[in-house]
Amino acid sequence: MNQGVETVGLYVRDQDEALAFYVDKLGFKAHTDVRNGDYRWLTVQHPDQPSFQLGLFKPGPPMHDAATAQGLQAMVAKGAMPPLVLAVADCRAAYERMRGLGVEFTQEPTDRYGAVDASFRDPSGNGWKMIGKSSH
Amino acid sequence: MTRENTQDPALLRRLLRAKDRMDAASHEDWPVDRLADVSAVSQAHFARSFKQAFGVPPHRYLLTRRIERATALLRDTDLPVTEIAFRTGWQSLGTFGRIFRDITGETPSTVRKRARAAANALELVPGCFLSAAQRPELDIAVLEKRRRIAAGINRSDQ
Repeated sequence: MNQGVETVGLYVRDQDEALAFYVDKLGFKAHTDVRNGDYRWLTVQHPDQPSFQLGLFKPGPPMHDAATAQGLQAMVAKGAMPPLVLAVADCRAAYERMRGLGVEFTQEPTDRYGAVDASFRDPSGNGWKMIGKSSH
Repeated sequence: MTRENTQDPALLRRLLRAKDRMDAASHEDWPVDRLADVSAVSQAHFARSFKQAFGVPPHRYLLTRRIERATALLRDTDLPVTEIAFRTGWQSLGTFGRIFRDITGETPSTVRKRARAAANALELVPGCFLSAAQRPELDIAVLEKRRRIAAGINRSDQ
């Protein structure tokens, strides 16, 4: 087996909403969706990255008490969670496609440091930087 | 609901949208009514809610973004300082220079010289995060900062 990071999770405000966003708008595939009572282990996978899963987790019981869950939800909604970077072949083409699907972009594609980058947020507030090779 | 950790996440998500809009176009004018519209809250509540969520009033947040943008342009371009002032949202070179000095403690041309001398080492960090890391801290008002400097007060001694 390959060694290394296998799963990293995001906190989201609503797992159904997040699943629809990452699958329908970003092109991920649902990987694991298992429930146990209130708890739901939900991961998606990028089609080009079979060794990595992105978890979409909702703060709450049984992992968090109510106050902690509220605090985490606030952090996500304020955009205070760590940076995320999505690599794409063509940033401008991906931007046009995703914007057409209603993705909330916070920065249009910009040529910078020999690459093209744009920024978007998921419905919960997690911020993504999308970087592609420069066209020239 | 006034305690910091009890702001409604749905409200915070909308306030974040106003912050994102300032980030994307810090050179534009952002009067409270425009920001309140973006966040779908009343003008009366917007500034207080924003400060509660992000720790600084919206106008002061906008200033830090403008200075960050100006610093990047000083470092990465050969644009004249006057042009940078206009591109980052100031109406006059004088106001730009004064606020820039108040916030960073240096003149635009000093920052330009030093940034160029220190270039290169940071190339592996994506540019957007690098610029955020170089965002000036503005946790006190510009006028208060001026007053403290005039009075010879060092913030670290507070």
